[in-house]
Amino acid sequence: MLSDSQTMAVHGETNNPALLHHFATEEQQKDASNFGMWIFLGTEVMFFGGLFCAYLIYRGWYFGDFGAASKSIDATLGATNTAVLICSSLTVVLAIYAAQTARRGLLLLMLALTMLFGCAFLGIKGVEYKQKFDEHHVPGASFSFDHVPIPGHPDQYANPRHAQIFFALYFIMTGLHALHMIIGLGIFTWLFWMAWKGRFTPEYDTPLEIGGLYWHFVDIVWIYLFPLLYLIDRHP
Amino acid sequence: MATATVQPVERENYLNKEYGVGSWLLTTDHKRIALLYLISITFFFFIGGFFALLIRLELLTPAGDLVQADTYNKLFTQHGQVMVFFFLIPSIPAVLGNFLVPMMIGAKDLAFPKINLLSWYLYIIGGIMMVHCMLTGGVDTGWTFYVPFSTAFSNTKVIEAGLAIFVAGFSSILTGLNFIVTIHRMRAPGMTWSRLPLFIWAHYATSVIQILGTPVIAITLVLVVAERALHLGIFDPKLGGDPLLFQHLFWFYSHPAVYIMILPSMGVVTEIIACFSRKRIFGYSFVAFSSIAIAVFGFLVWAHHMFVAGISVYAALVFSLLSYAVAVPSAVKVFNWTATLYKGSIHYDAPMLYAFGFLGLFTMGGLTGLFLSALGIDMHVHDTYFVIAHFHYIMVGGALMGYLGGMHFWWPKISGRLYPEGWARLAALIVFLGFNLTFFPQFILGYLGMPRRYYQYPQEFQVLNVLSTAGATVLGVGYLLPMIYFLWSMRYGKPAPDNPWNAAGLEWKTPSPPPTFNFEEEPVVTWEAYNYDEIDSGQKQEAHVVG
Repeated sequence: MLSDSQTMAVHGETNNPALLHHFATEEQQKDASNFGMWIFLGTEVMFFGGLFCAYLIYRGWYFGDFGAASKSIDATLGATNTAVLICSSLTVVLAIYAAQTARRGLLLLMLALTMLFGCAFLGIKGVEYKQKFDEHHVPGASFSFDHVPIPGHPDQYANPRHAQIFFALYFIMTGLHALHMIIGLGIFTWLFWMAWKGRFTPEYDTPLEIGGLYWHFVDIVWIYLFPLLYLIDRHP
Repeated sequence: MATATVQPVERENYLNKEYGVGSWLLTTDHKRIALLYLISITFFFFIGGFFALLIRLELLTPAGDLVQADTYNKLFTQHGQVMVFFFLIPSIPAVLGNFLVPMMIGAKDLAFPKINLLSWYLYIIGGIMMVHCMLTGGVDTGWTFYVPFSTAFSNTKVIEAGLAIFVAGFSSILTGLNFIVTIHRMRAPGMTWSRLPLFIWAHYATSVIQILGTPVIAITLVLVVAERALHLGIFDPKLGGDPLLFQHLFWFYSHPAVYIMILPSMGVVTEIIACFSRKRIFGYSFVAFSSIAIAVFGFLVWAHHMFVAGISVYAALVFSLLSYAVAVPSAVKVFNWTATLYKGSIHYDAPMLYAFGFLGLFTMGGLTGLFLSALGIDMHVHDTYFVIAHFHYIMVGGALMGYLGGMHFWWPKISGRLYPEGWARLAALIVFLGFNLTFFPQFILGYLGMPRRYYQYPQEFQVLNVLSTAGATVLGVGYLLPMIYFLWSMRYGKPAPDNPWNAAGLEWKTPSPPPTFNFEEEPVVTWEAYNYDEIDSGQKQEAHVVG
């Protein structure tokens, strides 16, 4: 979106078709696009920040209940997903490297791998959601979390209402994160199409860079979500 | 003051370059998008004004006779939501800012023209949702959406209103993002940070609030909608949730939102006062950095809306102290504007009258804000008409006066026509008088103990309420007048010269109305902002670099 190429380079001094009319130089355009994405990520931090704030307050208040609820999520699947996302970040970096060294085949491969990892993440996430649904851990009328002991206190049961707050935050936070992943897949499909048409050169890879910035950001959100939601109070 | 020559033949400009619906609805020209916003927010202004009129009519008599209690709840809720989210927040930034930010810094457009258009469409989608919500039942939660009433008890369309504001919020975020990148990356050669007009500094500070505050209300509204739809318990004390958390999250945005409304207005007033006193602004860097300081302090005072909500007394003390701190940069601005007037060659044109109105009303609004940041007095006047009067002095007396002043000041540039000066001065006077008549009695009402959001009141409050309603009628006339003569001037107004006020600033060094790419050749800036001494001492060659 940020720097679309199909436009009129009216006052441009170079012949690059991707240089928009209102920028003086390619350098200025690239700076502006990058800076714009950083600012956007700043708003995203605040967007997720409100949720993290709510999460931290209730985690402090209802630590035992949150620990019990957290323990019911499959940490192995979560850890697998963390690994999948870290791999996808690597392939994004390699894709930019491929564009800067003019290797179109490698670029297409890396973009495809990134999307594959993204889909794998969403698939695993879907399995987790299915488990929670089967266990009646989705907040709402059929929610049930009775007689689940608090970790470290086998004689105490978690309060289902407080556990429900955990699951509400779990679904909203991971759901919003998954929505960002889906948008990211859309962006990468478009980048793949641009790369297929040979639009990226060592001189011009701005959409890849800002798409990559977005992807890394979504990964980093997960890096925080994983320990906060999955690893609250696990000990053998 | 008009000195430049009038063009006999109409040049190609951004208005007459293309005609047709498509050339407007798909435009990426920041000036056309500004006009799209102007039309849209004017529409919402009159909807919000209509609600205000019904509220004032109901309060004409002590008994609840014109509307029923439920209807009254919807009226004040939707008056607030429409005026805050669909008029005041976008008003100056999306109209005047959109039009002027690129021109003042010597750029051809904002950094992301398509995102600029997207932001208008998001605003329109949010606006349509809001109108649909109002037509099919409306909301009665108050514009503040307080939980658990909004999530568990209200039987009105809370979800739809919440989503409408959620969508419109992203329009505000994208405008702020565009301004920040544009101001950083698109300045013309020679346009250093210390040469920027203070209008730009004010918009920069506004944009910072827009991009950092708005996402928080967005996620808060998501939580309210989810809580209401699924009964999650995040904010419901019955289920272990905390309603105070909602208030913290809500005011974390909604207090700084006041500065989204007032900071651009301060920018407008700075431009007007410098131009019509023919002086460099006194203490340029103090005015510039006070905008930034207001944006920063603005994020640290939100809990002064919650002094009686049950927060810890120590937190209340700190928030009280920080709220006083906001007065410092605000006072710096007021004193610097006053010092600019000192020994200035003052012209009483309509924009200046609005700027004077702003000075008086904003000062009153600001000083009564100090009453409210004092813990003891706030206990007494919390949720009374004192609070209503205070924030209307800021948001209507301040922000709206600035908006109208700016519309008059830049109307010749925007439309290429001059408005009728006599009518404009009359309207400025009517607005000032009508405003004070409407809202000053409300200070007294609040101090006497009349609470907000009630549709009936004891007999002894009637005189002051009648005065307020009479004032609102006068105010309504004052707002209708500019709309009529602006529309009239588009057809019958005298063609405007390039620089009718002989003002400094790059936007005046290009034709009225400007060509699509703003400048016929890229400007190079070699002078400081507000060089009125140079302009008036005959060194006018710079004024004719372009055009």
